[in-house]
Amino acid sequence: MNYETIIGLEVHVELKTDTKIFCGCRNDSKSEPNTNVCPVCLGHPGTLPVLNERALELAVKAALALHCKINQKSKFDRKNYFYPDLPKGYQISQYDKPIGEHGYIEIEVNGETKRIGITRLHLEEDAGKSMHAADGSHTLVDYNRTGVPLIEIVSEPDIRSPEEARLYLEALKSIMEYCDVSDCKMEEGSLRCDANISLRPVGQTAFGNKVELKNMNSFRFVQRALEYEVERQRERYESGEPVIQETRRFDEATQTTVSMRTKEEAHDYRYFPEPDLVDLDIDDAWLERIRASLPELPSAKRRRYVEELGLPPYDAGVLTSDPKMAAYYEAVIAAGADAKQASNWVMSDVSGALNAEGKTFADCPIPPEHLAGLIGEIASGKISSKQAREVFKFMWETGKSAAEIIKEKGFEQISDPAQLQPIIDEVVANNPKSVADYKGGKERALAALVGQVMKATRGKANPTLVNEMLIEKIKSL
Amino acid sequence: MSTPTVKEILRSIAAGETRARDWVEQSLRAIREIDGRLKAFLLVDEEQALAAADRIDRAKMYQNAPLRGVPYAAKDNIVTRGVRTTAASRILENYIPPYNATVIDKLQQAAAVMVGKTNMDEFAMGSSTETSAFQKTANPYGEDRVPGGSSGGSAAAVAAGLVPFALGSDTGGSIRQPAAFTGCFGLKPTYGRVSRYGLIAFASSLDQIGPFTRTAEDAALVLNAICGHDPLDSTSSRQPVPNFADGIDRGVKGVRVGIVRHLPEEGLEPGVKAAVDRAIQQLEAEGAEIVEIDLPHMEYAVATYYLIAPAEASSNLARYDGVRYGRRAEASSLIEMYERSRSEGFGMEVKRRIIIGTYALSSGYYDAYYKRAQQMRTLIRQDYERAFEFCDVIVTPTAPTTAFRLGEKLDNPLQMYLNDIYTIPANLAGLPGASVPCGFVDGLPVGLQLIGRPFDEATILRVAHAYEQVRDFAWPKPVLGVAE
Repeated sequence: MNYETIIGLEVHVELKTDTKIFCGCRNDSKSEPNTNVCPVCLGHPGTLPVLNERALELAVKAALALHCKINQKSKFDRKNYFYPDLPKGYQISQYDKPIGEHGYIEIEVNGETKRIGITRLHLEEDAGKSMHAADGSHTLVDYNRTGVPLIEIVSEPDIRSPEEARLYLEALKSIMEYCDVSDCKMEEGSLRCDANISLRPVGQTAFGNKVELKNMNSFRFVQRALEYEVERQRERYESGEPVIQETRRFDEATQTTVSMRTKEEAHDYRYFPEPDLVDLDIDDAWLERIRASLPELPSAKRRRYVEELGLPPYDAGVLTSDPKMAAYYEAVIAAGADAKQASNWVMSDVSGALNAEGKTFADCPIPPEHLAGLIGEIASGKISSKQAREVFKFMWETGKSAAEIIKEKGFEQISDPAQLQPIIDEVVANNPKSVADYKGGKERALAALVGQVMKATRGKANPTLVNEMLIEKIKSL
Repeated sequence: MSTPTVKEILRSIAAGETRARDWVEQSLRAIREIDGRLKAFLLVDEEQALAAADRIDRAKMYQNAPLRGVPYAAKDNIVTRGVRTTAASRILENYIPPYNATVIDKLQQAAAVMVGKTNMDEFAMGSSTETSAFQKTANPYGEDRVPGGSSGGSAAAVAAGLVPFALGSDTGGSIRQPAAFTGCFGLKPTYGRVSRYGLIAFASSLDQIGPFTRTAEDAALVLNAICGHDPLDSTSSRQPVPNFADGIDRGVKGVRVGIVRHLPEEGLEPGVKAAVDRAIQQLEAEGAEIVEIDLPHMEYAVATYYLIAPAEASSNLARYDGVRYGRRAEASSLIEMYERSRSEGFGMEVKRRIIIGTYALSSGYYDAYYKRAQQMRTLIRQDYERAFEFCDVIVTPTAPTTAFRLGEKLDNPLQMYLNDIYTIPANLAGLPGASVPCGFVDGLPVGLQLIGRPFDEATILRVAHAYEQVRDFAWPKPVLGVAE
């Protein structure tokens, strides 16, 4: 039997604010443990939360970027449960009136655009970090992360394959980065993802029992865990065993999923409206200000690159996946470079060099106008593409412009026939065999002659011109 | 009425007749003399109080401070930096707060001097101060009587003359009822008038800090010092703050005083009713217009309150888990540590309310209990909005009885809860309320409750002040109190 895979994702994104969501502590969970804490985020008796307006602003910005409807009348609720890293015994979250609802993300699947619905986006506080001793004797808690603002983004069960799940996550991360609301570093925990997955026979409308997957620390692992789970669930169905509704953990070592807890142990969170905070009432003007501050988002940018710049969809996709890369690219063409040439250079040479040094486009040693200059030197025929790669290396090391490097290092291409003619004459005179071969119909013999000219000019001769002049010379013999 | 009022102390210090130190010493002396039997205080910090008094006497900057040199006591659910604060619970037995409540900072700026922390029902849950994990406070007018609660320690301390004013907190009547039981003036301001930052939460949407004093005018002076918007409390109001003492003596001519038609009178003692009726007649004689108003949903207030307050409490008290501060029981697992710390740390009444509240919020019961209670709360608030179209202040008895005997109601929670029948509605509606002494029955004080429009504490204080000038009952000396 054929089965259809149904996946929904829950993503938590830490917001990039200076301070925590309900107190004045620094939003920096990487400091020495328990240094960014105060009576409020430690849940001391009598303390009260005060909403950081910047956190609300970033949440609204993210919701708008995900095409959500904004609930201008919203509120916070308490989610009650006991855990040592949750100081108040409840998490301030949002239950029935999230900031944003009914949004979507577009992904490209097999050359087609697919919309994945977003059920809701809500604002909440993060918990601390528990560190359990290996022997189980004790647990230490770091409260630096307690009260870091988070948004939780819940997708519709619209995702149909593990690959689509990864594409959704990549698109989501890219949108968050464009809006500058989060660092989205999965390995540092500023983006975290849980997945719900179930299978059903093709044609069936009712959903099968779903499994919640946790502990996936990279997009690859999300895809891996889902792939494993698709197989596991299919095998169970095929062998006549039911899939149990449960929570499973991804195990990196074995690349499999392991049962954590079944539904019977599920919490009753006893949500109720947070009485220590006033209801949110977002006014139109404020909302419009946030809307106006939104940058061009990746999907719109991608479309523009294809339609207006004439780039292939692949190029547009790569360039727009990272807002810093897109910004760099746009600066290069703004400085006059050809769109496609610029795309080639940015995607391959620049990107490769940055990756090799673990740098991002924000700290690229070659300013965009310099790269545009280099592309211009090739277009004008001053240097060859091959020379250009050499020039690029020097530009990378020195930060100088292409023109400077060409001048200093004598990279200039010889395109003056008067300068080349004596060398052509000499090469033809010294290589009678190659000349005869060419005349006899061996086209390849010409390449050997070109090579001689290049050697004589230390690679500076304009190869196209050399070709033409050699043919001319041989004809005239 | 022998010991001086806040107003008299301020006058005397301003005139250079006395210094802060004199009053603080007098207060500490009275505590030493009387509190062994009264048991109003959980902590007295003589050294710190005297040092503060000396600082105030020395420094010029305090010369015009509004409560310069006035000693006071704070209920032990108001946190004080470096000074043990327990909420009268074993679970916070050794808790030393790292910060001050906003009201404590404000009183410090006003140059008042805190002499100690007062006894209360554990986490403010109770109406007799008997649920305190540490001690039972006596009523100054009858040693075998409760002082009311939950702010019984503060009430008793003021009533016995140990301090001229004290802070309490009122969630369902916890300032007004003990004020009535001990013959003090007690004021619960409008919800949001005074910052709750640093008040150990019982029920966040109902809690409010307020003063116990001997007179309405003293309450106005204290309210002036503690109220106003606090950036640390999102629920504190930005309403403009008047000087509450200004115009307090304008009398009641033309003031419309509402009395409740069909007031629930089950359990209302005849003596209490008579004293309240007499007070209303006196107000009328002073020129107030008496009008009848309806509060049709008042009978549901107690039931509504006993869902909302425990629901919020069940969540507010979750932080006492033994992890970061407070009592931690030795245990071999996390769950066992939670269970034992909380079983040993909380008393019966607190546990009862945590269980009720947890139940009311449970999935499947939320709509039937918590949500319906919130709907009823809206109806009660609307009752008052309508009533205040016809009157400026509403009067009722503060409590249906005078102070009952220690132990009398401790084993009957429902009876205990019903003692709050007249005070609870103001908390549900967020309205300001006060209790002013209006007579004695068998030697025990009776309180008249006044409820005002939101943020109209001024009218309550003005009516109470007018009444204080004409009341003419005989005021017996407290059995436990400062001698003249």
